[in-house]
Amino acid sequence: MITAADFDFLRGFLKDRSGLDLGPEKRYLARSRLRPLCEDAGLRSLGDLIGKLRAGEDGGLADAVVVAMATHETMFFRDRLPFEAMRDSILPGLLARRAASRRLRIWSAAASTGQEAYSVAIILHEMRARLDGWRVELLGTDISPAAIARARDGTYSAFEVQRGLPVRYLLEHFTKEGSDWRIAEHLRSAVTFGPLNLLQDFGRLGTFDLILCRNLAIYLDPPTKSALFARLASALARDGALCLGASETVLGYTGAFVPDPDHRGFFVHGPEGTERPTRSAHMGTAG
Amino acid sequence: MKHALVVDDSAVIRKVACRIMEGLALRTSEAEDGEQALMACRREMPDVILLDWNMPVMDGHEFLRALRKMPGGKSPKVVFCTTENDVACIARAMHAGADEYVMKPFDRETMTAKLQEVGMI
Repeated sequence: MITAADFDFLRGFLKDRSGLDLGPEKRYLARSRLRPLCEDAGLRSLGDLIGKLRAGEDGGLADAVVVAMATHETMFFRDRLPFEAMRDSILPGLLARRAASRRLRIWSAAASTGQEAYSVAIILHEMRARLDGWRVELLGTDISPAAIARARDGTYSAFEVQRGLPVRYLLEHFTKEGSDWRIAEHLRSAVTFGPLNLLQDFGRLGTFDLILCRNLAIYLDPPTKSALFARLASALARDGALCLGASETVLGYTGAFVPDPDHRGFFVHGPEGTERPTRSAHMGTAG
Repeated sequence: MKHALVVDDSAVIRKVACRIMEGLALRTSEAEDGEQALMACRREMPDVILLDWNMPVMDGHEFLRALRKMPGGKSPKVVFCTTENDVACIARAMHAGADEYVMKPFDRETMTAKLQEVGMI
Protein backbone atom coordinates (compact mmCIF):
# COMPACT_ATOMS: atom_id res chain seq x y z
CA MET A 1 0.00 0.00 0.00
CA ILE A 2 1.27 3.48 -0.81
CA THR A 3 -0.48 6.55 0.52
CA ALA A 4 -1.55 9.38 -1.76
CA ALA A 5 0.96 11.71 -0.12
CA ASP A 6 3.82 9.22 -0.55
CA PHE A 7 2.84 8.60 -4.15
CA ASP A 8 2.82 12.33 -4.88
CA PHE A 9 6.29 12.61 -3.34
CA LEU A 10 7.48 9.68 -5.44
CA ARG A 11 6.16 11.26 -8.63
CA GLY A 12 8.01 14.48 -7.93
CA PHE A 13 11.15 12.61 -6.93
CA LEU A 14 11.18 10.59 -10.16
CA LYS A 15 10.51 13.66 -12.28
CA ASP A 16 13.46 15.46 -10.73
CA ARG A 17 15.81 12.50 -10.83
CA SER A 18 15.05 11.01 -14.23
CA GLY A 19 12.33 13.05 -15.92
CA LEU A 20 10.06 10.03 -15.61
CA ASP A 21 6.45 11.16 -15.81
CA LEU A 22 4.57 8.70 -13.62
CA GLY A 23 0.85 9.25 -14.23
CA PRO A 24 -1.57 9.39 -11.27
CA GLU A 25 -3.09 6.13 -12.48
CA LYS A 26 0.25 4.31 -12.06
CA ARG A 27 0.04 3.81 -8.31
CA TYR A 28 -0.11 0.06 -8.86
CA LEU A 29 3.21 0.26 -10.70
CA ALA A 30 4.89 1.85 -7.69
CA ARG A 31 3.60 -0.99 -5.52
CA SER A 32 4.71 -3.79 -7.83
CA ARG A 33 8.10 -2.35 -8.78
CA LEU A 34 9.19 -1.04 -5.39
CA ARG A 35 8.07 -3.93 -3.21
CA PRO A 36 11.10 -6.11 -4.14
CA LEU A 37 13.33 -3.12 -3.38
CA CYS A 38 11.77 -2.84 0.09
CA GLU A 39 12.45 -6.50 0.73
CA ASP A 40 16.05 -6.23 -0.48
CA ALA A 41 16.63 -3.18 1.72
CA GLY A 42 15.02 -4.83 4.75
CA LEU A 43 12.26 -2.22 4.92
CA ARG A 44 8.82 -3.14 6.20
CA SER A 45 6.72 -0.99 3.88
CA LEU A 46 6.70 1.38 0.95
CA GLY A 47 6.04 4.11 3.49
CA ASP A 48 9.40 3.35 5.12
CA LEU A 49 11.08 3.47 1.72
CA ILE A 50 9.54 6.82 0.82
CA GLY A 51 10.43 8.05 4.29
CA LYS A 52 14.09 7.33 3.63
CA LEU A 53 13.88 9.17 0.31
CA ARG A 54 12.23 12.15 2.02
CA ALA A 55 14.95 12.19 4.68
CA GLY A 56 17.64 12.12 2.01
CA GLU A 57 19.09 8.91 3.43
CA ASP A 58 20.62 7.65 0.26
CA GLY A 59 23.17 4.85 0.30
CA GLY A 60 22.27 4.12 -3.30
CA LEU A 61 18.57 3.78 -2.48
CA ALA A 62 17.54 6.82 -4.53
CA ASP A 63 19.26 5.48 -7.65
CA ALA A 64 17.78 2.04 -7.03
CA VAL A 65 14.27 3.53 -6.89
CA VAL A 66 14.81 5.37 -10.18
CA VAL A 67 16.11 2.20 -11.84
CA ALA A 68 13.28 0.09 -10.43
CA MET A 69 10.65 2.49 -11.72
CA ALA A 70 12.18 2.78 -15.20
CA THR A 71 10.83 0.50 -17.92
CA HIS A 72 13.49 -1.85 -19.22
CA GLU A 73 11.35 -3.53 -21.86
CA THR A 74 13.46 -4.27 -24.92
CA MET A 75 14.00 -6.87 -27.58
CA PHE A 76 16.24 -7.62 -30.53
CA PHE A 77 15.35 -5.74 -33.74
CA ARG A 78 12.39 -4.14 -31.97
CA ASP A 79 9.73 -3.02 -34.46
CA ARG A 80 11.85 -4.52 -37.25
CA LEU A 81 11.32 -1.71 -39.80
CA PRO A 82 13.82 0.79 -38.33
CA PHE A 83 16.53 -1.87 -38.48
CA GLU A 84 15.68 -2.70 -42.08
CA ALA A 85 15.94 1.02 -42.84
CA MET A 86 19.32 1.14 -41.08
CA ARG A 87 20.62 -1.83 -43.06
CA ASP A 88 19.21 -0.82 -46.44
CA SER A 89 19.48 2.95 -46.43
CA ILE A 90 20.55 4.86 -43.31
CA LEU A 91 23.91 3.14 -42.80
CA PRO A 92 24.80 2.88 -46.50
CA GLY A 93 24.04 6.61 -46.77
CA LEU A 94 26.28 7.39 -43.81
CA LEU A 95 29.05 5.22 -45.25
CA ALA A 96 28.90 7.18 -48.48
CA ARG A 97 29.01 10.50 -46.64
CA ARG A 98 31.85 9.35 -44.36
CA ALA A 99 33.96 7.83 -47.13
CA ALA A 100 36.71 10.39 -46.56
CA SER A 101 37.00 10.09 -42.77
CA ARG A 102 36.13 6.36 -42.67
CA ARG A 103 34.78 6.90 -39.19
CA LEU A 104 31.34 6.05 -37.89
CA ARG A 105 29.90 6.68 -34.42
CA ILE A 106 26.60 5.16 -33.29
CA TRP A 107 24.92 5.56 -29.90
CA SER A 108 22.18 3.44 -28.38
CA ALA A 109 21.23 5.99 -25.73
CA ALA A 110 18.67 3.96 -23.75
CA ALA A 111 20.26 0.58 -24.29
CA SER A 112 18.66 -1.30 -21.39
CA THR A 113 20.12 -4.83 -21.39
CA GLY A 114 21.82 -4.41 -24.76
CA GLN A 115 19.52 -6.02 -27.31
CA GLU A 116 19.19 -2.84 -29.37
CA ALA A 117 22.93 -2.15 -29.53
CA TYR A 118 23.66 -5.79 -30.40
CA SER A 119 21.02 -5.65 -33.14
CA VAL A 120 22.96 -2.76 -34.68
CA ALA A 121 26.19 -4.72 -34.16
CA ILE A 122 24.72 -7.63 -36.12
CA ILE A 123 23.82 -5.31 -39.01
CA LEU A 124 27.32 -3.82 -38.94
CA HIS A 125 28.78 -7.33 -38.90
CA GLU A 126 26.86 -8.11 -42.07
CA MET A 127 28.30 -4.95 -43.61
CA ARG A 128 31.84 -5.76 -42.48
CA ALA A 129 33.23 -6.12 -46.00
CA ARG A 130 32.29 -2.48 -46.65
CA LEU A 131 33.67 -1.40 -43.28
CA ASP A 132 37.16 -2.82 -43.73
CA GLY A 133 39.62 -0.15 -42.61
CA TRP A 134 36.92 1.90 -40.90
CA ARG A 135 36.90 3.02 -37.31
CA VAL A 136 33.43 2.16 -36.05
CA GLU A 137 32.34 3.02 -32.53
CA LEU A 138 29.11 1.61 -31.12
CA LEU A 139 28.17 2.88 -27.68
CA GLY A 140 25.32 1.66 -25.46
CA THR A 141 24.27 3.59 -22.34
CA ASP A 142 21.51 3.19 -19.79
CA ILE A 143 20.55 4.69 -16.46
CA SER A 144 20.62 1.27 -14.80
CA PRO A 145 24.07 -0.09 -13.84
CA ALA A 146 22.51 -3.56 -13.49
CA ALA A 147 21.13 -3.41 -17.03
CA ILE A 148 24.52 -2.28 -18.33
CA ALA A 149 26.25 -5.14 -16.52
CA ARG A 150 23.88 -7.58 -18.21
CA ALA A 151 24.44 -5.91 -21.56
CA ARG A 152 28.21 -6.21 -21.19
CA ASP A 153 27.88 -9.87 -20.27
CA GLY A 154 25.62 -10.46 -23.27
CA THR A 155 23.86 -13.47 -21.76
CA TYR A 156 20.13 -13.86 -22.34
CA SER A 157 17.47 -16.38 -21.44
CA ALA A 158 15.90 -18.47 -24.20
CA PHE A 159 12.82 -16.29 -23.85
CA GLU A 160 14.77 -13.07 -24.28
CA VAL A 161 17.05 -14.23 -27.03
CA GLN A 162 14.31 -15.15 -29.42
CA ARG A 163 12.25 -11.98 -28.98
CA GLY A 164 12.80 -10.39 -32.36
CA LEU A 165 15.91 -12.36 -33.20
CA PRO A 166 15.66 -14.48 -36.36
CA VAL A 167 16.87 -18.01 -35.70
CA ARG A 168 19.65 -17.71 -38.27
CA TYR A 169 21.23 -14.98 -36.13
CA LEU A 170 20.81 -17.12 -33.01
CA LEU A 171 22.75 -19.94 -34.65
CA GLU A 172 25.37 -17.60 -36.12
CA HIS A 173 26.06 -15.24 -33.24
CA PHE A 174 25.17 -17.03 -29.98
CA THR A 175 26.42 -20.00 -28.02
CA LYS A 176 24.33 -21.91 -25.53
CA GLU A 177 25.60 -21.74 -21.95
CA GLY A 178 23.46 -23.89 -19.68
CA SER A 179 19.89 -22.82 -20.30
CA ASP A 180 20.97 -19.33 -21.46
CA TRP A 181 22.47 -17.99 -24.66
CA ARG A 182 25.54 -15.76 -24.84
CA ILE A 183 26.25 -13.43 -27.68
CA ALA A 184 29.54 -14.08 -29.46
CA GLU A 185 32.73 -12.28 -28.56
CA HIS A 186 33.00 -10.63 -31.99
CA LEU A 187 29.75 -8.77 -31.22
CA ARG A 188 30.41 -8.18 -27.51
CA SER A 189 33.69 -6.52 -28.38
CA ALA A 190 31.97 -4.38 -31.01
CA VAL A 191 29.90 -2.51 -28.40
CA THR A 192 31.06 -0.39 -25.48
CA PHE A 193 28.50 -0.15 -22.68
CA GLY A 194 28.42 2.36 -19.84
CA PRO A 195 25.92 3.77 -17.33
CA LEU A 196 24.50 7.21 -18.09
CA ASN A 197 21.56 9.27 -16.89
CA LEU A 198 20.41 11.18 -19.97
CA LEU A 199 19.42 14.10 -17.75
CA GLN A 200 23.09 14.55 -16.94
CA ASP A 201 25.54 16.23 -19.29
CA PHE A 202 26.62 13.91 -22.10
CA GLY A 203 28.63 16.47 -24.07
CA ARG A 204 31.79 14.53 -23.25
CA LEU A 205 30.60 11.70 -25.46
CA GLY A 206 31.18 13.82 -28.57
CA THR A 207 29.21 13.77 -31.79
CA PHE A 208 27.45 10.77 -33.29
CA ASP A 209 26.35 9.92 -36.81
CA LEU A 210 23.38 7.86 -35.67
CA ILE A 211 21.60 8.04 -32.31
CA LEU A 212 18.97 5.55 -31.21
CA CYS A 213 16.88 6.80 -28.31
CA ARG A 214 13.90 4.53 -28.57
CA ASN A 215 10.96 4.16 -26.22
CA LEU A 216 12.35 6.46 -23.58
CA ALA A 217 10.77 9.82 -24.44
CA ILE A 218 7.25 8.40 -24.09
CA TYR A 219 7.86 8.12 -20.34
CA LEU A 220 9.10 11.70 -19.94
CA ASP A 221 7.10 14.82 -19.19
CA PRO A 222 6.96 17.38 -22.05
CA PRO A 223 9.59 19.84 -20.73
CA THR A 224 12.07 17.03 -20.06
CA LYS A 225 11.34 15.58 -23.48
CA SER A 226 11.99 18.94 -25.16
CA ALA A 227 15.22 19.40 -23.26
CA LEU A 228 16.40 15.88 -24.10
CA PHE A 229 15.72 16.34 -27.81
CA ALA A 230 17.61 19.65 -27.79
CA ARG A 231 20.61 17.99 -26.17
CA LEU A 232 20.48 14.99 -28.50
CA ALA A 233 20.48 17.47 -31.40
CA SER A 234 23.74 18.91 -30.12
CA ALA A 235 25.23 15.38 -29.99
CA LEU A 236 24.18 14.48 -33.53
CA ALA A 237 26.26 15.26 -36.60
CA ARG A 238 24.60 17.80 -38.88
CA ASP A 239 23.93 15.10 -41.49
CA GLY A 240 23.23 12.36 -38.95
CA ALA A 241 19.97 10.68 -37.97
CA LEU A 242 18.02 10.18 -34.75
CA CYS A 243 15.91 7.05 -34.40
CA LEU A 244 12.97 7.12 -31.97
CA GLY A 245 10.45 4.46 -30.92
CA ALA A 246 7.51 3.59 -33.13
CA SER A 247 5.08 5.68 -31.08
CA GLU A 248 7.39 8.63 -30.47
CA THR A 249 7.81 11.92 -32.28
CA VAL A 250 9.67 15.21 -31.91
CA LEU A 251 6.77 17.20 -33.28
CA GLY A 252 5.56 19.74 -30.74
CA TYR A 253 8.62 19.28 -28.55
CA THR A 254 11.50 20.68 -30.56
CA GLY A 255 12.30 22.45 -33.79
CA ALA A 256 15.79 20.98 -33.78
CA PHE A 257 14.61 17.83 -35.57
CA VAL A 258 12.19 17.16 -38.38
CA PRO A 259 10.89 13.75 -39.48
CA ASP A 260 12.97 12.07 -42.18
CA PRO A 261 10.41 11.85 -44.99
CA ASP A 262 12.00 8.69 -46.37
CA HIS A 263 12.38 6.69 -43.16
CA ARG A 264 9.59 6.34 -40.62
CA GLY A 265 10.86 6.62 -37.06
CA PHE A 266 13.96 8.58 -38.08
CA PHE A 267 14.50 12.30 -37.59
CA VAL A 268 17.10 14.64 -39.02
CA HIS A 269 18.22 18.13 -38.11
CA GLY A 270 15.72 20.84 -38.93
CA PRO A 271 16.71 23.87 -40.97
CA GLU A 272 19.55 25.94 -39.47
CA GLY A 273 18.39 28.29 -36.72
CA THR A 274 15.48 26.16 -35.53
CA GLU A 275 17.32 24.35 -32.76
CA ARG A 276 15.41 26.09 -29.99
CA PRO A 277 12.79 23.87 -28.36
CA THR A 278 9.22 24.95 -29.01
CA ARG A 279 8.35 24.41 -25.36
CA SER A 280 10.31 25.70 -22.41
CA ALA A 281 12.77 23.13 -21.13
CA HIS A 282 13.35 22.62 -17.45
CA MET A 283 15.76 19.91 -16.46
CA GLY A 284 14.78 19.77 -12.80
CA THR A 285 17.44 18.63 -10.34
CA ALA A 286 18.85 15.80 -12.32
CA GLY A 287 20.72 13.36 -10.14
CA MET B 1 -6.51 -13.38 -45.02
CA LYS B 2 -3.57 -15.72 -44.55
CA HIS B 3 -4.20 -19.12 -43.03
CA ALA B 4 -2.17 -20.51 -40.11
CA LEU B 5 -2.30 -24.15 -39.02
CA VAL B 6 -1.30 -24.67 -35.39
CA VAL B 7 -0.05 -28.21 -34.72
CA ASP B 8 0.47 -29.08 -31.06
CA ASP B 9 -0.78 -31.82 -28.75
CA SER B 10 -1.38 -29.25 -26.01
CA ALA B 11 -4.80 -27.63 -26.23
CA VAL B 12 -3.52 -24.73 -24.15
CA ILE B 13 -0.66 -24.00 -26.54
CA ARG B 14 -3.01 -24.24 -29.51
CA LYS B 15 -5.45 -21.85 -27.87
CA VAL B 16 -2.77 -19.30 -26.95
CA ALA B 17 -1.09 -19.46 -30.36
CA CYS B 18 -4.40 -19.16 -32.21
CA ARG B 19 -5.42 -16.18 -30.10
CA ILE B 20 -2.13 -14.40 -30.83
CA MET B 21 -2.32 -15.16 -34.55
CA GLU B 22 -5.96 -14.13 -34.86
CA GLY B 23 -4.97 -10.86 -33.20
CA LEU B 24 -2.49 -10.46 -36.03
CA ALA B 25 -5.26 -10.90 -38.63
CA LEU B 26 -4.48 -14.52 -39.51
CA ARG B 27 -7.15 -17.17 -39.95
CA THR B 28 -6.32 -20.22 -37.84
CA SER B 29 -7.05 -23.92 -37.71
CA GLU B 30 -5.73 -26.60 -35.35
CA ALA B 31 -4.33 -30.13 -35.40
CA GLU B 32 -3.34 -32.29 -32.42
CA ASP B 33 -0.57 -34.26 -34.11
CA GLY B 34 1.31 -34.75 -37.37
CA GLU B 35 -1.24 -37.09 -38.88
CA GLN B 36 -4.12 -34.71 -38.28
CA ALA B 37 -1.97 -31.92 -39.67
CA LEU B 38 -1.27 -33.86 -42.87
CA MET B 39 -5.00 -34.43 -43.35
CA ALA B 40 -5.63 -30.73 -42.79
CA CYS B 41 -2.97 -29.86 -45.37
CA ARG B 42 -4.54 -32.22 -47.91
CA ARG B 43 -7.86 -30.42 -47.45
CA GLU B 44 -6.35 -26.94 -47.60
CA MET B 45 -2.67 -26.05 -47.72
CA PRO B 46 -2.05 -23.30 -45.12
CA ASP B 47 0.26 -20.33 -45.61
CA VAL B 48 2.12 -20.95 -42.37
CA ILE B 49 2.36 -23.88 -39.96
CA LEU B 50 3.30 -23.53 -36.29
CA LEU B 51 4.70 -26.95 -35.54
CA ASP B 52 5.43 -28.71 -32.26
CA TRP B 53 8.30 -31.20 -32.21
CA ASN B 54 7.22 -33.89 -29.76
CA MET B 55 3.72 -35.19 -30.44
CA PRO B 56 2.05 -38.59 -30.28
CA VAL B 57 1.25 -40.49 -33.52
CA MET B 58 3.49 -38.42 -35.81
CA ASP B 59 6.08 -35.94 -34.52
CA GLY B 60 7.00 -32.62 -36.03
CA HIS B 61 9.99 -33.91 -38.01
CA GLU B 62 8.06 -36.76 -39.57
CA PHE B 63 5.28 -34.36 -40.46
CA LEU B 64 7.70 -31.85 -42.00
CA ARG B 65 9.34 -34.53 -44.18
CA ALA B 66 5.93 -35.75 -45.36
CA LEU B 67 4.67 -32.20 -45.92
CA ARG B 68 7.56 -31.20 -48.13
CA LYS B 69 6.92 -34.26 -50.36
CA MET B 70 3.23 -33.40 -50.81
CA PRO B 71 2.00 -31.49 -53.86
CA GLY B 72 2.18 -27.84 -52.84
CA GLY B 73 3.88 -28.86 -49.62
CA LYS B 74 6.95 -26.73 -50.21
CA SER B 75 4.99 -23.49 -50.07
CA PRO B 76 3.89 -23.19 -46.41
CA LYS B 77 6.31 -21.45 -44.09
CA VAL B 78 7.03 -23.75 -41.17
CA VAL B 79 7.83 -22.35 -37.74
CA PHE B 80 8.90 -24.99 -35.23
CA CYS B 81 7.52 -24.24 -31.77
CA THR B 82 8.99 -26.53 -29.17
CA THR B 83 10.62 -26.97 -25.79
CA GLU B 84 13.65 -28.50 -27.56
CA ASN B 85 16.22 -25.72 -27.34
CA ASP B 86 19.66 -27.16 -27.99
CA VAL B 87 21.72 -25.78 -30.85
CA ALA B 88 21.74 -29.23 -32.44
CA CYS B 89 17.93 -29.44 -32.31
CA ILE B 90 17.50 -26.01 -33.83
CA ALA B 91 20.04 -26.74 -36.56
CA ARG B 92 18.37 -30.06 -37.27
CA ALA B 93 14.97 -28.40 -37.65
CA MET B 94 16.32 -25.76 -39.99
CA HIS B 95 18.18 -28.39 -42.01
CA ALA B 96 14.93 -30.36 -42.32
CA GLY B 97 13.25 -27.41 -43.99
CA ALA B 98 11.82 -25.25 -41.21
CA ASP B 99 11.81 -21.51 -41.83
CA GLU B 100 11.89 -20.28 -38.24
CA TYR B 101 12.10 -21.62 -34.72
CA VAL B 102 10.30 -20.63 -31.51
CA MET B 103 11.38 -21.94 -28.13
CA LYS B 104 8.55 -22.36 -25.62
CA PRO B 105 7.48 -20.38 -23.70
CA PHE B 106 6.73 -17.59 -26.14
CA ASP B 107 4.80 -14.36 -26.02
CA ARG B 108 3.00 -12.16 -28.51
CA GLU B 109 6.14 -10.17 -29.37
CA THR B 110 8.13 -13.30 -30.09
CA MET B 111 5.39 -14.76 -32.26
CA THR B 112 4.87 -11.46 -34.06
CA ALA B 113 8.56 -11.15 -34.86
CA LYS B 114 8.77 -14.74 -36.12
CA LEU B 115 5.70 -14.31 -38.34
CA GLN B 116 7.18 -11.09 -39.69
CA GLU B 117 10.42 -12.92 -40.36
CA VAL B 118 8.66 -15.48 -42.54
CA GLY B 119 6.63 -12.78 -44.31
CA MET B 120 3.21 -13.67 -42.92
CA ILE B 121 2.44 -10.23 -41.47
